[in-house]
Amino acid sequence: MTGAANHGSPSRVGAPPSARARDATTVLIGIAAALALLLAPQVASSGLGLTLLSHVGVAIIACLAYNLLFGEGGMVSFGHAIYSGIGAYLAIHTLAQAWPGAASVPVVWVPLVGGAAGWALAAVLGWVTTRRAGTPFAMITLGLGELVWALALMLPEFSGGEQGVAANRVRASGLPGVTFGPALEVYYLIAAYCLACTWALHAFTRTPLGRALNAVRDDPVRAEFTGYSARHVRWLALMVSGFFSGVAGALGAIHTEIVTPEVFGTARSGAYLLFVLMGGSTLFFGPVVGAVLMVWSQMVWSQWTPAWLLYLGLAFIVTLLAFPGGLAALAASGWRLACGGQLAARAGPWLALCGTAAVAMAGGAAIVEMLYQRQFGAALGSEVRFLGVMLDVRRADAWIGAAWVALTGAVLFELCRRHGTARECADG
Amino acid sequence: MRSTRRVDAALDLLVIPLLNGLASGLLLFMLSAGLTLIFGLMGVLNFAHAGFYLLGAYLGHSLAAAAGFGVALVAAPALAAGLGAVFERQVLRRAGRDGHMPQLLVTFGLWTVMVEAVALVWGRSPLPAQAPALLQGAAFTLLSSGDSGWRLVWGSAPADACAAAATACLQFPRTRLAIIAVALLMLLALAALWRGTRVGLVIQAALTHPAMTQALGHDVPRLFTAVFAAGCALAALAGVMAGVTFGTTLAMGDIGALVFAVVVIGGLGSITGALAASLAVGLLHTLPLAVDASLADLLASVGWSPPAAPALRPLLRLSPAQLAPVLPFALLVAMLVLRPRGLLGRRET
Repeated sequence: MTGAANHGSPSRVGAPPSARARDATTVLIGIAAALALLLAPQVASSGLGLTLLSHVGVAIIACLAYNLLFGEGGMVSFGHAIYSGIGAYLAIHTLAQAWPGAASVPVVWVPLVGGAAGWALAAVLGWVTTRRAGTPFAMITLGLGELVWALALMLPEFSGGEQGVAANRVRASGLPGVTFGPALEVYYLIAAYCLACTWALHAFTRTPLGRALNAVRDDPVRAEFTGYSARHVRWLALMVSGFFSGVAGALGAIHTEIVTPEVFGTARSGAYLLFVLMGGSTLFFGPVVGAVLMVWSQMVWSQWTPAWLLYLGLAFIVTLLAFPGGLAALAASGWRLACGGQLAARAGPWLALCGTAAVAMAGGAAIVEMLYQRQFGAALGSEVRFLGVMLDVRRADAWIGAAWVALTGAVLFELCRRHGTARECADG
Repeated sequence: MRSTRRVDAALDLLVIPLLNGLASGLLLFMLSAGLTLIFGLMGVLNFAHAGFYLLGAYLGHSLAAAAGFGVALVAAPALAAGLGAVFERQVLRRAGRDGHMPQLLVTFGLWTVMVEAVALVWGRSPLPAQAPALLQGAAFTLLSSGDSGWRLVWGSAPADACAAAATACLQFPRTRLAIIAVALLMLLALAALWRGTRVGLVIQAALTHPAMTQALGHDVPRLFTAVFAAGCALAALAGVMAGVTFGTTLAMGDIGALVFAVVVIGGLGSITGALAASLAVGLLHTLPLAVDASLADLLASVGWSPPAAPALRPLLRLSPAQLAPVLPFALLVAMLVLRPRGLLGRRET
């Protein structure tokens, strides 16, 4: 019953910084993040850039909320989209004034309606699901996710059926001079909520409840002996996570102005898990990396190649096996080596590993791209453009060349790995 | 007199749905048996189990076209078993150094890769069911004529007999009978292995006391590989059978969530529980399709008119047939509330 997050947690080099210094660093990071959010639209001022930034803001809240369960609580949920989904639906119904009194809720506070919905659903379902953590929790959340998704499709009065529910966000905004018509205003709403939620979730990890959640993750039996009910702690954590997921869902609904039953789908739940783990669940800011990765993959990468889900699954497996702490932990350990002045000594083997792996992956990806072209793109011609090279799937030399590159890269990678391992053994 | 006739009429309306439920329940059992055994032995929930089912169906389709159905029935599970064994040794074992959760996650990654890889090799459009000549047509036909009850004819009934039957002429396809037969054979083989052989004994020992079994000189890691591979083979066998019955599509992978529900309802790690839960879920999944009424009608027929709260009205308008896909999950939730360890589970893990 070990939590997902406590494996591969980075060992600290040197003495831990004092609490005061850590607080100061946190405040500095917060100010820097606020400035970055404020100035980001100046850099990415195109329509697409602003859309991507808004999606990233929403995804950051969702991924941090997911990681409250996954990283802090060791609970792997395969159905977390139901909480962001219910938030999205309540928000869109509020915007569409579907319930009496909805008109009196200004748009600024609609995300809180979504949050309340997520919290309430988590309070009800959590009573059932949080009895146990680990594998049973994972299976039960999967089942509940399917249940809610299927129910949503069955109740078109609520979910709008396949087409979903659309609404107009331009109405009483709750702020003077703001209509939320322009995308920039919506971006700033999302940015403000993103900052506030990140601060709140970070603060939560330092509360007694946040600490108790860590304790329950690491050893539920010992946590119970110190007087905490493991189930109660998990339940409360699920409610907090459900609240912030609901806020994220509602912000997404305000941004896109349409909500379809897909928001409950298992694909979305799976994406939270994949990207939070790849971003890094052991560090608080890991999910932020995951969120950026998620939006980039879903909106940019998926346009480049139809095979992105295949690559994503493989990258996920490699992450789990090679660096379970995710990208954030990898970067953090690199940073610590740099601070200790050891980066130069380690960089050589590392770069060799990365370089040879990149060669092998380029070869493998070329084969996959050609396969996809042959299977799905035959109508578009037999040539596929890959890394600036035109490959013709009808010619044998393209296949042999790609296989040769992949094989060479793989062999070199293995040689580098063995050499590196041998040297580390020699170094002691 | 009249009432017995009504019972007869109800019965022949129910026989075919009952058998359909049995077939789908036994198909579920072929999947859940492997899943629950792997979980009981290794503590790993194989998220990719439905992926092996999917792979088995597609492999079976190609092999049947190339070398005949008999070859496909053997070769597809064998290939799936080989892949499962390689995955267990090379990936799962490595991920297992840090506990079971990374193992669950790595099988989730495998599931994502498998679905995409199958789509890459075989394409995204569904492949039609191609049953061999032996399995085409009806296994038997139920002829129901208003007065004389119902009559069973082996094979498809001749058209004139069908026309002569006043009310109904119901066929049960051979492919579904084959699913039932294969699943029952598998059940018998499992029971024989379990009770009658040394391997079964060692597996039972390793289920409860893995360290002691290892200390007694049995190669428990190799046993894990073998059981994992066998589970994958059973899933692929189920896939081949389902492929010739319902056609081969990528949507077959959606059965994964249903199998998880079955395994939790039956009690994690319990094979008998998995059997009972598979049958229950199979029936729950198919029987409501035979009922043509809304929930409000059903409640009215037992003499209770529900409160007409506007919020509840959409729910009451639903028919059991519409609700059928969610009933297994509703049963899952009910089971968790009332009996968290499942039907026959021994421990609350």
